[in-house]
Formats: sequence, C-alpha cells, structure tokens
Amino acid sequence: MNVIEHGRGKPPLDPHLKALENEAIHIFREVAAEFERPVMLYSIGKDSSVLLHLALKAFHPGKLPFPLVHIDTGWKFPEMIAFRDQVVARHGLDLIAHTNPEGLRDNVTPFSHGSARYTDIMKTQALKQALDMGRYDAAFGGARRDEEASRAKERIYSFRTPDHAWDPRNQRPELWSIYNGMIHPGESVRAFPLSNWTEVDIWRYIQAERIELVPLYFAERRKVVERDGMLILAEDKRLELLPDEQVREEMVRFRTLGCFPLTGAVRSQATTLDEVIAELEIATVSERQGRAIDRDQSGSMEKKKREGYF
Amino acid sequence: MAGQILSQNLLPGEDILDIDPHPETTGRQARPLRFITCGSVDDGKSTLIGRLLWDTKAVKEDQAATLRRDSTGKQNELGLPDFALLLDGLQAEREQGITIDVAYRYFSTDRRSFIVADTPGHVQYTRNMATGASTADLAVLLVDARAGILEQTRRHATIAALMGIRQFVLAVNKIDLADYDEARFRSISRDFREIALSLGVRQVTAIPVSALKGENIVTRGDEVMAWYDGPTLVETLEKATQRTGQTTGFRLPVQRVSRPGEGFRGYQGTVAGGSIKPGDSVVVLPSGVEANVKAIVTYDLVRNAAVAGDAITLVLDRPVDVARGDMIAAIDQRPQTGRAFNARLVALSSDGVVPGKRYWLKAGSRRQRVMVRPTSALDLTSGNWDDASFLPVNGIGVVELDFEDTAIFDAYETNRETGAFILIDPESLNTVAGGMIDGKRSKSGRFDALPDADRATVTLPARLLEAFLKTDFARAHAGEIRVTGPEEAEAD
Repeated sequence: MNVIEHGRGKPPLDPHLKALENEAIHIFREVAAEFERPVMLYSIGKDSSVLLHLALKAFHPGKLPFPLVHIDTGWKFPEMIAFRDQVVARHGLDLIAHTNPEGLRDNVTPFSHGSARYTDIMKTQALKQALDMGRYDAAFGGARRDEEASRAKERIYSFRTPDHAWDPRNQRPELWSIYNGMIHPGESVRAFPLSNWTEVDIWRYIQAERIELVPLYFAERRKVVERDGMLILAEDKRLELLPDEQVREEMVRFRTLGCFPLTGAVRSQATTLDEVIAELEIATVSERQGRAIDRDQSGSMEKKKREGYF
Repeated sequence: MAGQILSQNLLPGEDILDIDPHPETTGRQARPLRFITCGSVDDGKSTLIGRLLWDTKAVKEDQAATLRRDSTGKQNELGLPDFALLLDGLQAEREQGITIDVAYRYFSTDRRSFIVADTPGHVQYTRNMATGASTADLAVLLVDARAGILEQTRRHATIAALMGIRQFVLAVNKIDLADYDEARFRSISRDFREIALSLGVRQVTAIPVSALKGENIVTRGDEVMAWYDGPTLVETLEKATQRTGQTTGFRLPVQRVSRPGEGFRGYQGTVAGGSIKPGDSVVVLPSGVEANVKAIVTYDLVRNAAVAGDAITLVLDRPVDVARGDMIAAIDQRPQTGRAFNARLVALSSDGVVPGKRYWLKAGSRRQRVMVRPTSALDLTSGNWDDASFLPVNGIGVVELDFEDTAIFDAYETNRETGAFILIDPESLNTVAGGMIDGKRSKSGRFDALPDADRATVTLPARLLEAFLKTDFARAHAGEIRVTGPEEAEAD
C-alpha cells in the first residue's frame, strides 16, 4: 500500500500549533479506540473544518472510523450546504444530515418561535434525536474553552447522562492526558479535541494548513439588514422585513456561522486569510458577540448545555 | 534581584535558574506554557488572573459588558469590573459566590501563549489542585504581603511538588497594602524558599505585586518599588522552561492499530518519551518481542524522526503481535514491568480509596484491574507520612498496587506520561484517584527489589529509623535502600 504524503512542500507548523495538533490527534485516537459507536458533529464552520482536518490526520492513512452528523435546521446559509456537500465528496465521508421532523412539521422558525425555543427544537432536540437514532456513545464536537464562560470548565471528555444532560457539578476529574472512557449503557460522552485552542489558533492553523472554508468568512459586498443591533444577511426570501427596516449592501463577513437569521455579520474589509487574522488580532469583541442565543441572559449557554446542547 | 537572593543558599556548583538562559520563546516558537495558580480568595487570586487576562487584552468588550451588567455596580476602586465574575463561569458559582471547580483560561503575549488552570483555594482544593497541577509546567503561589506564608501556602506547595511541578513563582500580593516594604518582601521570599527547597523545588522566583493596581503583573511597578529590579510576573512566565524532562528512552503507548489496507499495519499513538528514527530497535511490551522501526508515518510526511509529544503511526519491519494498551519502547532503555508497584495517590472521590477493593487502572492507553492497598497518608499540616489503610477524599497516600497481569511503568519522577495513572471505580465508573508511580515492588517484600550490591545500607537507631521510614524519600526509594536497626547491624 502506498502511503500518501499530504504535506510535501508545506513549511512545518510552529511548536505552538504543533502541540495543539498533537493533543487533538491523541484525543481522536483515544475516543475512536475506546468507544463502540463514535460520531463527529460537523457544523460546516471554521472550527468544524479544523476538527475534520485533524480527524483526517489522526487516522491517516486509514479513513475516518466514524460518520459525521450535521444538524440541518433548514435555516443555514445556502453557501454552507454547498460547501458541506463538496467536502463530503472530496474526502469520501459518511455524512448523516438530520432535521427535527416534528419541528419541520410544525414549521418552527426563528421568527415564529423566538430564538430560544427555535434553538431548543431545531438544534438541541434535533441533536438528541440524531444521537439516539445512531445509538452513538461518543460525539466529537469543535467547542473551545475560550468561547464562553461555562465552557471554561468543560472537560475534554464531557460526560452526559442518558438524557444527554451535562451536570457541571458532577464532572469527572481529568488528570494528565489520561481520559476515562468508561460509561454505563445509555450514557455518552461529548469529546472536544479543540478544548485548548483559541480563536486565533484556529485561524493560524487554517492558514498554515491551507484549510478551505465557506466563503462567508471573508468580506464581500452582501445584502444586510440591521436588527436588534445585529447585521442580518438579507438574501433569503423567508426573511420578512419589519416596517422601518431597510436592506443595504455592505462589505461584511461572518466570524461564526450558524442559522442566518440568528448570526450577525461584522463590517469588514478582510477578503483574505491574512487580512482576517490581522483584523482578529486587534479585535475588541469576542466572536460569540454575533450569536443571538448567547445573549438572552448571562448563563444562557450553561442552561442550554445542561439541556443537552453542545 | 529576587533571583540572586534566592540563589544564595545553594550548594556550590548548583545553578538556580530563575529564568531560562536560552529562551526559545520569541514569536510562537514554544508550546503553550501551562501553569496553575494557588491561593485563597483572600489572597486576591481572582484579581490576579483577571488582571492577567485584562492587561493582555484577553477580555473582549462584549465580555466586559456582560461583566458590568452582572456585577450590579460591584466595581473596585479603579473602575475595573469585578474580575471574579469573569472567572466564575458557572451559574451555581455566581449564585453561591464560590469557585467550585477547575477552569481553564487562555491568554497570550507577543512571545508566548498561556493556559492557566484556575482552581479554588478552599473546599476540595486538594482534588482540584491535583487536577490542575497534573498538566502544569509551573505553579504561581499567591500570598498576601501582610499575612506572609500561611499553613495553606505550605500545603499548596506540597501538592504542587507532589504532582511533579519543579518551578514555583511566589507572587507576594497586596504589597501596596504593606507599604511596598522591601524587607517584608525579602523575609517572605526567604521563608518560601526554605519550603520550596524542602520539597526539592529549586527554581523559585519571588515577585512583589499588586494585582489590583496591576503592578509587576504585566507592567512594571518601578515608580513605587524602585528597589525591585527582577522580572514582572508575565516576564517570568514568558521565560519559564517547559517540562521536556523525560529522561527515559523511547516510549509509545499504542492507542490503536491501523490496518487500512493490504500490506499496511501501523501502530498509532503519541510518543511519551525519548525519540525514534527508522532503523531503531524496539521492544513490544509486555510480550517482549523485538523488532526494528521501518517507517514513521504522518498525514503530512513519512518522517525521518519523531520526538516526545508527536502523534505518529509507527510501522515495524516484521509482523509482530501488537494491540492497544501495549507499549513500544527503546530496546536498551526499557520501562519497568511487573505485577506489583508502589505509588502515591490523590483520592478524588467522596468514597475515598478503599483497601482491598479492585479498581480499573488506566495509564496511557493501558487499562487493567488492580488491587490497591494504602499504607500511609500524608498529613499536610505536619508534612509527615503516617500509617493509614484508607484514604478519604482529598487524601494523599502511599499505596501498594497489585495487578492480575503485567503492568508497564516508569517512575513518575523520570517520566510524567508513563508514570501517571488514574483509578476508575468499577461500579460508578467515576475517576476516583490520580496516581504517580514510585517504582516496582517485589512481591516477596518491599526491600528486595534490587540486588544487595545496588542498595545503600543505612543504619539508624530505632526511633530515627521509624521516622526515616515515614519520609517521602524513604517511601520513594524503598527498593534501593537497605535499612537496618542497630541490633541487626551488629548481627551482620
């Protein structure tokens, strides 16, 4: 068997990124070896793109020993879905896209049900359905501890009850790089190989490894409307404008990608990776600032996680 | 200045390195430095970490806005937000005003990036500190300049040293409230240096700081402390050394066997010690089968070498039987193998560690059944190891491990990766203890581990002998020391 070398001609990673990469690969291999039915949650965003790249590295020269699950709310940016399908085809991945059938039947939208209920039904409940259907006992996610306060205490192996609930007061201690993968039937873990990465690390790694991203991460003139202090993309017909709202074209990009009605764009001139990184290094707001679901109230992410959200 | 003071009591020829003389830390030419902060609420620990995050601009505006919204007017005299709110991430903590778990914080300077394990200073601190310290390269110990070294400082230092941390930074905080008194700072530093040396830690930097005012944390406090010309806290962290101190040969705990297609069989894992290159001879443990390395495969390249920390796929030159949990090691520098080991243990669960109970032990990728028998427990107040047969939660003890099949370890002192393990309760499946291997134990008796020729003989009067056997040193080197009382010595 011929072993393919993907890194010919590419300069080696700096020791900082190399250490993060090594740690992530170690976690991938450990979970794949210890659990019977692992799965990777793939959200198409930059963190998921890095996660997938690391998974490919971890199991090289073999294929991924697990499928990918994408929770499709039906409200993702169309570019995201197109990009997802390209990636799946290029790497020959086994991808399962799941939408909550009840939410679809009841026509649950971010507009009709509000961001909190919509997120619960179309994301949290949908995720639980997908995990239950596959009887997965371990799910990789791209969450990072630097993202949000309650994530700072998250373990690398985050233990979940049969109801997928997270109990922050009853987490297993995690020492050295020895992970406890023992669970009772029905229980599961969420595994986070990117726990120790920061947003800047993600971008530097994307640059160093030449990882492809959804074009929405780069500035372009796009149609937007300002709502609740956020710039919402106004390209989908389902977005109904309120009386005094006006669509205008602006140079914008996205720092995170989710459902378009809940994800704010930032005004930016950064059209290349170098420019995005330069912008990030002087940024004064965190990336989750553009996420409506974090802003309902402080402690909002912790609440969702307890209920089974990532 | 501080470095010089601290160096005075060293033996001739011993070099105390407050600062790495060859820092390879320009740009991102270093791994993230991991450190732990120890101290109580009153010492100003939250303020210190908050200050580090704030002054290195790791706190963004929207997070600061959330802080201001939550802190309901609770701001300090400098108009800064209440840093504790930034750190106490969980709702339960904010409601009760306490920190209940280990949290990880990230910040970076132009020279280096840092991961801080922030652990509570009060309840359950042993358990949480042990968790945070297990991956730390360095410990920052915080004292209040007015209070000086407390019992607690000694306890924190003891746990940090036990977990293998060999670099301490003493942050003498609230120095502004002690009138920036140089003599006070020096006397505290001296007391601390003695504690550190007694724990075998020689790399100590003491820094007078005011976390609240931001003096000597990120920016210097020259205007108020002209007498101090040592480094700031951040400068010290930037130049700190990392634990590469793996003095063992090549170690690869096998995580999984990769067999993607006809003719390829690779052993995947992270190098846990030493280095390897194609052509090197290795031994597969526990089977003892020998082979040579044919190739080191990674996604990017088929490499001509790999070192500790690298996640690789190793291909051997002949078909051998290798499974997950095996260890591939240097043929001439093998780890210890056997069914009986001595170890030190930190009990993490409310059930404690029960003698005679069978636990699962996981070390690297190897999981096996073990019977644990505690023999003594550390009294953190006196520093003595007292006889004990049970370890309650937060207890630190010496234990005897007995395995049903072969176990593979290095001493924790020589290799943190291959000398560490966790214990898992077979019913709850919770992680109930973290452990560190001291060495192999002979089943026939604790002093028969080495042939006589390799042992030093110590003769002591009975009362001293008893005390000596309780020391950390004696426990750690039980197999290498032959201890006799005066009567026995005469009989020889």
